Amino acid sequence: MAMQDTRPATHEAIQQRIDQEYKWGFVTDIEAESAPPGLNEEIVRFISHKKREPEWLLKWRLKAYRGWLKMKEPHWPNVHYAPIDYQAAIYFSAPKSTDAPKSLDEVDPELLKTYEKLGIPLKEQEMLTGVAVDAVFDSVSVATTYKGKLEEMGIIFSSFGEAVQEQPELVRKYLGSVVPQNDNFYAALNSAVFTDGSFVYIPKGVRCPMELSTYFRINAANTGQFERTLIIADEGAYVSYLEGCTAPMRDENQLHAAVVELVTLDDAEIKYSTVQNWYPGDKNGKGGIFNFVTKRGACRGKRSKISWTQVETGSAITWKYPSCILQGDDSIGEFYSVALTNNYQQADTGTKMVHIGKNTKSTIISKGISAGKGQNTYRGLVKIMPKADNARNYSQCDSLLIGDRCGAHTFPYIDVRNRSAHVEHEASTSKIGEDQIFYCNQRGISTEDAVSMIVNGFAKEVFRELPMEFAVEAQKLLGVSLEGSVG
Amino acid sequence: MLEIRNLHARADETPILKGINLTVKAGEVHAIMGPNGSGKSTLATVLAGREDYEVTEGSVTYDGEDLLDKPAEERAQAGIFLAFQYPVEIPGVSNSYFLRTALNAIREARGEELLDAIDFLELARDRMKLLKIDDSLLTRGVNEGFSGGEKKRNEIFQMAVLQPRLAIMDETDSGLDIDALKIVAEGVNALRSSKRAFLVVTHYQRLLNYIVPDFVHVLHDGRIAKSGGKELALELEEKGYSWIEAEVAAS
Repeated sequence: MAMQDTRPATHEAIQQRIDQEYKWGFVTDIEAESAPPGLNEEIVRFISHKKREPEWLLKWRLKAYRGWLKMKEPHWPNVHYAPIDYQAAIYFSAPKSTDAPKSLDEVDPELLKTYEKLGIPLKEQEMLTGVAVDAVFDSVSVATTYKGKLEEMGIIFSSFGEAVQEQPELVRKYLGSVVPQNDNFYAALNSAVFTDGSFVYIPKGVRCPMELSTYFRINAANTGQFERTLIIADEGAYVSYLEGCTAPMRDENQLHAAVVELVTLDDAEIKYSTVQNWYPGDKNGKGGIFNFVTKRGACRGKRSKISWTQVETGSAITWKYPSCILQGDDSIGEFYSVALTNNYQQADTGTKMVHIGKNTKSTIISKGISAGKGQNTYRGLVKIMPKADNARNYSQCDSLLIGDRCGAHTFPYIDVRNRSAHVEHEASTSKIGEDQIFYCNQRGISTEDAVSMIVNGFAKEVFRELPMEFAVEAQKLLGVSLEGSVG
Repeated sequence: MLEIRNLHARADETPILKGINLTVKAGEVHAIMGPNGSGKSTLATVLAGREDYEVTEGSVTYDGEDLLDKPAEERAQAGIFLAFQYPVEIPGVSNSYFLRTALNAIREARGEELLDAIDFLELARDRMKLLKIDDSLLTRGVNEGFSGGEKKRNEIFQMAVLQPRLAIMDETDSGLDIDALKIVAEGVNALRSSKRAFLVVTHYQRLLNYIVPDFVHVLHDGRIAKSGGKELALELEEKGYSWIEAEVAAS
């Protein structure tokens, strides 16, 4: 085993596990639908091979993997969990029919049924909502709609795997250009083993006429999910992208470490909206998804804009900071967030706004809601670099507490290196009062509906940023997520 | 409609209501007066179902049913409305959304058809005319940034939309100037009907010039010390509350 030499001694435990796998007689079986549990260079090669990737991408993955081996799992977030056994996870699992379907008719009806249960009837969506859906089931794309219509405009909206085959130059140019392979522990892990995700390219001057939407779902047991999303808006282009997630019940904690990279060139705009509703674990804190995500956008061009809107209600642990690197002069970064933690959920989320160009502006609106024994942390960085003349930032972080066993924490970091900067930060913490509940009760509204209504009012500024259909869904989601939080 | 028998209630360990007896029939307007701390607001709040108060003795029946068994929302659904002395703010929730949710919760409990946004708006606009309220009130957050007068008017507006059978008004006149007071009173008078009863809790006689009561009760130390017609209110205005206290002490 040649790779033994490159592995540092500190990874003795990992090495032992790898050796063990070999004892079991694992050899790369390219016909296999799933990889055996565990992670080593063979697995990385296996994934790359399964995806029929070019050599440069395999090398890219291996570099990420070797970097990852030297990295330490971060423990600075304000979250607590039992150690993750990275060697127990399966890093590649595909549904049985791996050939990409050309239309919905070719999709396994069982898969479609599952989506219907999740409230995503593809056919209806195609007909009624005008939303193009790139559905990721486990690790392989199973359905892509509206592709034809978008293609006419030169818009590329495909699975990541397809993009690697069909748009190798674009992928190679931008992949890792915003989130480098070894940016952080989870980004490195993702870069080594990502299986699929979405790719979007909007050509110069094109305004994407519909919301592009991807639904992710974890299906097979013990399958780590490592999505990779890359969105590029060329000069003067605009796109609104929706990402929604749901996950079924399960007992074991699951790791979800996605990487999303956004790039806007001159005068381009990307609006990226997320509703995250992964399985949060049960009422006693058992199970649930570990959602450790790296999302970052680079406003490369002048007057370009990136806007993140997220509604985070799911996952046992959420750890993410959708960020904006404001490189182009007059570029704009926005972050609107609602994070809800109930029962034993923990969230450490926020954003980073890095002002590099002149006259760059950023806005941060964060609404944290804690119920049950949930712990909610806002962590944000506003960094004004020396050349960012006349940079502006406005941050507002509000926390709402429901009950007296939950927690809200705020860690705003402000780093200003240019005297002309204007940085404003406002924060508030409030509690749903018995007076408010009684007022609603007295008007005939049940306590549960009252809480849902008060919370939705609190989060309104963020919901306003969501596309219409998503806003309605998100409001319902908050109500559902808070069920039983007031007894 | 409402039968209060020997009602005792306390907050924490402090007894506040010490044996209230009161009968209210449909179509009647009862004024509850009394000095500060006599238990007026507590009576209003206990009837509405706030759990901060513990009923230690006595009974309340509404339409022949035990009222004290029911949680606040069921009382509201059964047609009891409390116009709050201090209406709370619910930031970000529009008045129209709030009120439609309330109205539909009540209608649902009664097995009636729910109102959609358009039908609701029609109803709300109609009621706003009655109270000379500006349309913008509907889109603003519930009591969010309202002046004292706007809050009180909003309470009466809600009452006009929800059409309760028993309306309890807790010091609705406090903090209102005379013009606002008149508008509120006009609204209430427009809602008076043979099927609806009012319990008007007030410290001052002033309101009763505009909402003329059928009965006036004076609360003193958690009991009704004196009951009479509308002239009793005028007598209180003239003499203050001390003579009632003296009467109670003498008996």
